Amino acid sequence: MRETAQSHFQKATEIVGTSAPRKEGVGKVTGAARYIDDIVLPGMWHGATVRSSIPRGRIKSIEFGDGIAWEEFVIVTAKDIPAKNRIALIMDHDQPVLADEMTNHPEEAIVLLAHADKTRLHEAVKAVKIEYEPLPAVFTMEESERQQAIVWGEDNIIKKFLMQKGDVDAVWNTAAHIVEGEYFTGAQEQLYIENNGVIAEWSDEDGLKIQGSMQCPFYVHKAMLSIFGLSAEKVRVIQVETGGAFGGKEDYPSLIAAHAGLLAMKARRPIKIVYDRMEDLAATTKRHPCRTRYRTAVDESGRLLAMDIQVDTDGGAYATVSPTVLSRATIHSSGPYSCDNVRVRSHAWATNLPPHGAFRGFGAPQSIFGIERHMDQIAKAVGISPEEVRRRNFLEQGKSTATGQIIRDPIDMHGMLARALQVSDYHEKRKRFAEENKTNAVKRGMGIASFMHGSGFTGSGERRLASVVAMEADVKGRATVLVSSTEFGQGTNTILCQVAAEALGIPYEDVGIAQPDTSRVPNSGPTVASRTAMIVGRLVHDAAHALVEKLREKNLLLNKYSAKEFRDACYAYTEKFGALKSEVCYKAPEGIFWDDEKYQGEAYPAFSWAVYVAEVAVDTRTYAAEVVNFYALQEVGRVLNPVLAAGQIEGGVAQGVGYALYEKVVWKDGRMSNNQMTNYIMPTSADIPNIEVYFEELACEHGPYGAKGIGELPHDGPAPAILNAVQDATGVSFCTIPLLPEDIFLRLQDPTRELELMEPVR
Amino acid sequence: MKIAKISFTVNGKPHSLEAPPIKRLLDVLREDLALTGTKEGCGEGECGSCSVLMNGVLVNSCLVPVLQAQGAELLTVEGLANHGKLVVLQQKFLEHGGAQCGICTPGMMMAAEALLSRHANPKLEEIREGLAGNLCRCTGYMKIFESVRQAIDSAEKTTR
Repeated sequence: MRETAQSHFQKATEIVGTSAPRKEGVGKVTGAARYIDDIVLPGMWHGATVRSSIPRGRIKSIEFGDGIAWEEFVIVTAKDIPAKNRIALIMDHDQPVLADEMTNHPEEAIVLLAHADKTRLHEAVKAVKIEYEPLPAVFTMEESERQQAIVWGEDNIIKKFLMQKGDVDAVWNTAAHIVEGEYFTGAQEQLYIENNGVIAEWSDEDGLKIQGSMQCPFYVHKAMLSIFGLSAEKVRVIQVETGGAFGGKEDYPSLIAAHAGLLAMKARRPIKIVYDRMEDLAATTKRHPCRTRYRTAVDESGRLLAMDIQVDTDGGAYATVSPTVLSRATIHSSGPYSCDNVRVRSHAWATNLPPHGAFRGFGAPQSIFGIERHMDQIAKAVGISPEEVRRRNFLEQGKSTATGQIIRDPIDMHGMLARALQVSDYHEKRKRFAEENKTNAVKRGMGIASFMHGSGFTGSGERRLASVVAMEADVKGRATVLVSSTEFGQGTNTILCQVAAEALGIPYEDVGIAQPDTSRVPNSGPTVASRTAMIVGRLVHDAAHALVEKLREKNLLLNKYSAKEFRDACYAYTEKFGALKSEVCYKAPEGIFWDDEKYQGEAYPAFSWAVYVAEVAVDTRTYAAEVVNFYALQEVGRVLNPVLAAGQIEGGVAQGVGYALYEKVVWKDGRMSNNQMTNYIMPTSADIPNIEVYFEELACEHGPYGAKGIGELPHDGPAPAILNAVQDATGVSFCTIPLLPEDIFLRLQDPTRELELMEPVR
Repeated sequence: MKIAKISFTVNGKPHSLEAPPIKRLLDVLREDLALTGTKEGCGEGECGSCSVLMNGVLVNSCLVPVLQAQGAELLTVEGLANHGKLVVLQQKFLEHGGAQCGICTPGMMMAAEALLSRHANPKLEEIREGLAGNLCRCTGYMKIFESVRQAIDSAEKTTR
C-alpha cells in the first residue's frame, strides 16, 4: 500500500501533484450519484432483447408464440431500422444492429421487445421462436486459421500487419542461441460492477436522446446518425455516472443505444434497457484471446540479435475494434528492448463468438505476456538471471523501438529495475526461497516483468481525431472544463479540474467539469488508450491559457494575479463582452513521422515504463498459486494526483492478478457457459496480495505538467511477472493464462509437458 | 399475484407498503422507496453491491424476499450520513481513494459498517475477511483497506 515517488521536477505546482479529492466523490459515498438504472422517466417502458441461440446460420422465420398478449408489447426487428443496419465504428460495414437474414454468433440480437412491466419481458423473450438453417461455424482462432469454414471474407482474416525492422533472416546463422516459445492468453471479462444500460427518448421534433453508461459519447453519436438517418443536431448523447468500464463500454454502448432508440421510436415513449449480469456476460465484449509465437536469436551474452514474432488474436464474429487491438498488440510485442532485427506478423481471425473488444491495455497485455515470459526462457537458455537478460537488452535514449521510433525522452529502465529489485528484496528472497523450497510443500518464487505502454492513439491516430477542448468561466469566475472525456472511476473529472485550476491560477474548488453531453461539449475524443491525462489534459491546460489570454487582451488581467483578481476580471469581461469561452484543437507535434502501411515511425508521442515484481507461493498439495506480495514501480511522467494514480495502479494490478490466476471464460459452441459471477471468478479482498506502488517521475514535454498515460499500463505486467515467479518457484514454465490449480496439477503430474526450448543451435 | 402488507423501518423512518411477498428487498428499496443508493451488480448474492443492514446484520438485499424484512430495522447507504454531513467512514473513503467508479461503494461501506460494529479495531486480515463478500473491480481493494483503517484510527482519536 506504500506509495512513494522519486521526482525530478523543478517546477513547483500547487494543485497538480496533490491528492485533491475526487470531484464527484460525495455523491458516490452518500449513494446520491445517479447511475443509469437509478433514473426513471415518466411513461418509461423497459426493453429486452431476443438473441440468437445458434452460432451461425440463416434466419428462416420469426414467430411469436402462444400465451403472450403480444398486443401489449412493442416489437422491433431489423425491418424497423430507418436507415443503415450497421454500427459505424472503424469499419462502416460491420456489425448489424439487429441480425437480419444471417446470424454470426450466439447471443446476437435479432428481435427487441418493450413493455411497461419489466417482469413480463422474460417470458415474452422466451416465447419468440426463431427458426434457423444452421451453417458451419468456427470457435477458435486455430479453426479459423485452418479455414475449417470460411466465416469472414475469403480467408477469415479481419486484419493483418507485417512490421519489419532490419533483416531477421540474415541473423539466424550467427546466433549463439535460438530460443522459441509459444504463449496463450485467454478471454477476460471486464466485469465492471454496473452492467451495460441506456435510456432512449424519441421525439419527431428533437430526434433521439440517449443517456447511458458509456466511455465514448461521440462514438454513440456517430453510430446513431447512420442507423437513424438523422442529422448531427438531432442526436443527443449524454453520459451519466458510469459504474466501471475498463474498455467494456467503448463500443458496446452504440449497440444497446441503437436498440433502445429503435424501441423508443416505435413505442413513442422513453425506453430503458439495462442488462442483468448473465446477459451482460454472455452478450457483450471481452478481451481478445491471443497466441504469440517467438523465435529469437541471441548472442552468447544474451543480447537480442533478432526477433521473429507472430501474434494471432480471436476477433469474434465482427471486426469492431479488432484492427486497433491487433495494432497495439503488434507494436508492444517486442517489449521495452532494443533489437536491430524484428519481424512481427500478426492476424486477427474471425470466429463465431460474440465480438471481442476493448479491455484495459487493448492488446498489449496479451503480447507483453508473450515477450516477458519469453525473456525468462532466453535467460534460462543463456544461463543468466531474468534481471540480467533484461538489463542487457533495455531500450535506452537514442536507441529505436521495433517501429524505428528513436527514444528521445529520458528513460531509466536500468534505475527502475535496480529499485524494483531493492524494494521487493528480490535477491534476498530468491536465495531464501531456493533453500526453503527444497523441503517445503509450499514453493515460493519471484518473477519480474519490465514493459512499456504507448500513451494516446497509435501513429497518426491523434492527428486524425483532432480533439477539441473548451473552457468557460462565468461572471463569478467559476471555470468549467468542457470535454467529452468521461469519468468512470479513473479520475478524469478530478485530474482535468486540477490541470485547469493550476493553469488558470485559481483554487481547485473554483473549477468544475461539464457532464459529457454531445449537445454541450466539444469532441475531445474517446476515453480510451491512456490518452486522457496526456492528450486531453494538455488541451485543457492550453484552453486554460487561452482563456487567461482573452482576459489579458482586454487588459483585465496582469501577468501575475490573485484568485480574486481573476474573478474580478471574469466579471468585467462578461459584463462588457458577453460569454467568456476558449477553445483549442489538438495539433500534432512537429516532425512526427508515421507510415500506416509499413507500420514504421513514431508510434506514440510518449511511452510509460514499468518494472513489476511478483512474489508467489505455489502449494504443491492443493496446486493453488497465490500472489503473496506485489511490487509495482512505474514512470508515468508527472503524477497529477498521487491517491488517484496509485488507485489506478492497484486496480490494474488486481485485474492482472485475476487475468493470470482466476478469470477463465469457458466457451461452449461459441457461447460463454460460465456467465455468472458465481463461476467466473474475480479476485476478492481476501485474494489480492499486498500491492506496493512506487512512482518515478521524469518530465514529458507532451503532457500537462509532464504527465503521461497511466490507466492501461498496470494491466500489462502482472500476468507475466506472476507466471515468471511460478516458474521460479516450481521450475516449470507455464505458458497459458489463466493458470488454474487444475492446470498446475496436470503439468506437475506430467513434467514432460515442459516448454520445448530449442537450444543451442551451435 | 398475492400482495402482502409490509411494515419496516428504513434509516430510522417507518414505512408501510404493499408488495408481492417474494419481491426482492433490493427492488422494494429502489423502486417503491426510491432509495437507489443500493445497487444491483449480479442479482445472485456474489458481488455484495446490494448490501444493507437488516437488524444490524449485513445481507444481500437481492436475496431477501421483502416478506422476510417484515418488522425489520433496515439501514441503507442513504442512512449513513448525518443530516447531510458525511460520517467518518464516508469522509475517509472520499479522502483515501476508497471509491473510484462508486458502484460498489454503498455496499462496501455497509460491509465496513457491519465489520466495525462487530470489531472496534480489526486487523488487516479481519478487514480483508470482513469485506470479502463485496467485489470491487476498480481499486484492487488497497485504498478501501486504507479508508477503513483511517476511519478506525480517526474514531479512536475522537473517543480518547
